[in-house]
Amino acid sequence: MSEPLLVVDKLSVHLPCGDRIVRAVDEVSFTLQRGQTLALVGESGSGKSMLCRAIMGLLPGRARLPAPGRIVFAGQDLGVLKASERAGLCGRRIGMVLQDPLSALNPVMKIGRQIAEPMRHHLGMTRVQARERSIELLRAVGIAQAETRIDCYPHQLSGGMRQRVVIAIALACEPQLLIADEPTTALDVTVQAEILDLLARLQRERNMAMILVSHNLGVVAGRAHETAVMYAGRVVEQAPTAELFARMRMRYTRALFDAIPRLDDPAQAMLTAIGGQSPDLAALPGGCSFAPRCARAEERCSDQAPMLVSDGHARHRYACWFPCAVGATA
Amino acid sequence: MNDADTLLRVENLAVEFPAGNRGRVRAVADVSFDLARGEALGLVGESGCGKSSLARAIMQLPRPTSGTVALDGEKLTALDAANLRSLRPRFQMIFQNPAASLNPLRTIGRAIEAPLRTLGRHDAAERTRLAREMMAAVGLDPLQFYERRPSQLSGGQCQRVSIARALMTEPRLLVCDEPVSSLDVSIQAQIINLLREVQQTRGLSLLFISHDLAIVRHLCDRVAVMYLGKLCEVAPVGALFSAPRHPYSRALLAAIPRLDPKHRPAASDLLPGEPFSPMDSIEGCSFRARCPRAREDCAVQQPELCEIGAGHLVACHHPS
Repeated sequence: MSEPLLVVDKLSVHLPCGDRIVRAVDEVSFTLQRGQTLALVGESGSGKSMLCRAIMGLLPGRARLPAPGRIVFAGQDLGVLKASERAGLCGRRIGMVLQDPLSALNPVMKIGRQIAEPMRHHLGMTRVQARERSIELLRAVGIAQAETRIDCYPHQLSGGMRQRVVIAIALACEPQLLIADEPTTALDVTVQAEILDLLARLQRERNMAMILVSHNLGVVAGRAHETAVMYAGRVVEQAPTAELFARMRMRYTRALFDAIPRLDDPAQAMLTAIGGQSPDLAALPGGCSFAPRCARAEERCSDQAPMLVSDGHARHRYACWFPCAVGATA
Repeated sequence: MNDADTLLRVENLAVEFPAGNRGRVRAVADVSFDLARGEALGLVGESGCGKSSLARAIMQLPRPTSGTVALDGEKLTALDAANLRSLRPRFQMIFQNPAASLNPLRTIGRAIEAPLRTLGRHDAAERTRLAREMMAAVGLDPLQFYERRPSQLSGGQCQRVSIARALMTEPRLLVCDEPVSSLDVSIQAQIINLLREVQQTRGLSLLFISHDLAIVRHLCDRVAVMYLGKLCEVAPVGALFSAPRHPYSRALLAAIPRLDPKHRPAASDLLPGEPFSPMDSIEGCSFRARCPRAREDCAVQQPELCEIGAGHLVACHHPS
């Protein structure tokens, strides 16, 4: 296999908060090949967004990346880059789609200018070139009448159209890596399916690598090569997506799966909710951080943190002392 | 359904908003339905289809442009402000964004007892006791949470507070406007189970608004599908999910994410066309621009909601 596009190695993100330290991301490692999609799944506060922002270089100023954490993009260690070199990657070779398309767009700027901006800045295009290219991009993301829509303000577009515009901006400089942080959470189900299909198509056509973040396992099921489940800042299970769905081992993954209403359950059955709340990231319990909410937890779970280990199956790793039996999921 | 079983009757309800010199927006057009005692009705459709406007019109917040809303045979739309106020305890609402519907400066306990205070019911000690009792009923430990403020709570906990507050006046009807849309899936399941539990133990009627059909299926007895201000299909949950008849209902069903990596979502049935805007005056069927089954007559005549099976109504010239 060729050199991976992105290597994240033992990456931690710490946020000092008064006299406490919030461990938003805790020793996360993964690699991503060109043309592949990695899904990051987990609840709010599991560290998904902080991880994305660390890769993009958009962490809040007080954030610390303790050693030996590294992010290597296309063979280059991002940690040693100067701020200006880093800024040259952001928006050019790495694009990002944010969750809420309304707050990601400037409400008083026409969308054409917002799409043109990265191309003018990074690629030095003229106004005319950038406008022409913006129209092409709007067509590529499925907006009809691109020539007239380009002069719209964000408020004149529906939520789904705005998200298409945000995607067009992210794609403007033909990035090698696209980070989509909950790209459809603010959208309707019908629009959600359209936007996810669009992202998958663009990713294939452009041979981009993509990180797709969601709190819903259903969203990533048919759309990611590999899935990593995050809990309390750590990756707790990671596997090729089909393998993960066929043989879930980590109890938290299973709980997330069971919480989603399904069309093949008996109607009006009670949903299996995960009790309790996700833990305080400034005061993580010793041992497994899911133990306080886990039905199967024993003494060992609260004493000793399980490591992310392979169960012998290709590239399937999980962190659990008492994993689900193989075949327990269909 | 005979009249004694009917809690809520909505007839020919319309909601219009002035839109400056561009005319009027018809958010809800000619909607009629009944809701039985103890029944949970799901109302689904895309953003902007008029779900929230319909919910607010039922709550008389503000009053609808035309049509009637009757609760227990009492026409809310005909009551004056004072009489409407005296009936308000019987119909309550919870909103989509739980944090925004709570006063950030008020403690949780005070927020939950506020409805009783407003109504002048009970003395302070009794109100506190009832509020604590209600907190326990919705899964919030009163010892831990009574003195907290909304900023110290998670989204799911805030939504429990909203539910507790709405239940304080012992309503017969609870209108829920996308109560779980802003929550994580794991927390969503907790809130849905809680709503089911309170609905069943208290015999509430529920009007549950959502854009997610899978959730509606878990909670509701019947489903009404709304498109551009009108109901396009109303059916018992079983019938709608096993045999949806309106092309739009089918598209909504097809869009639900499946928990199966082998499931390749079929390319959407919906035509890529732009939906009509509620500003347009539409001749014929309002869904025809996106409908794969549209034919010539769809542009001429507006389909009416007709019964095509037991309790199954559909507004389509060419149902599948």
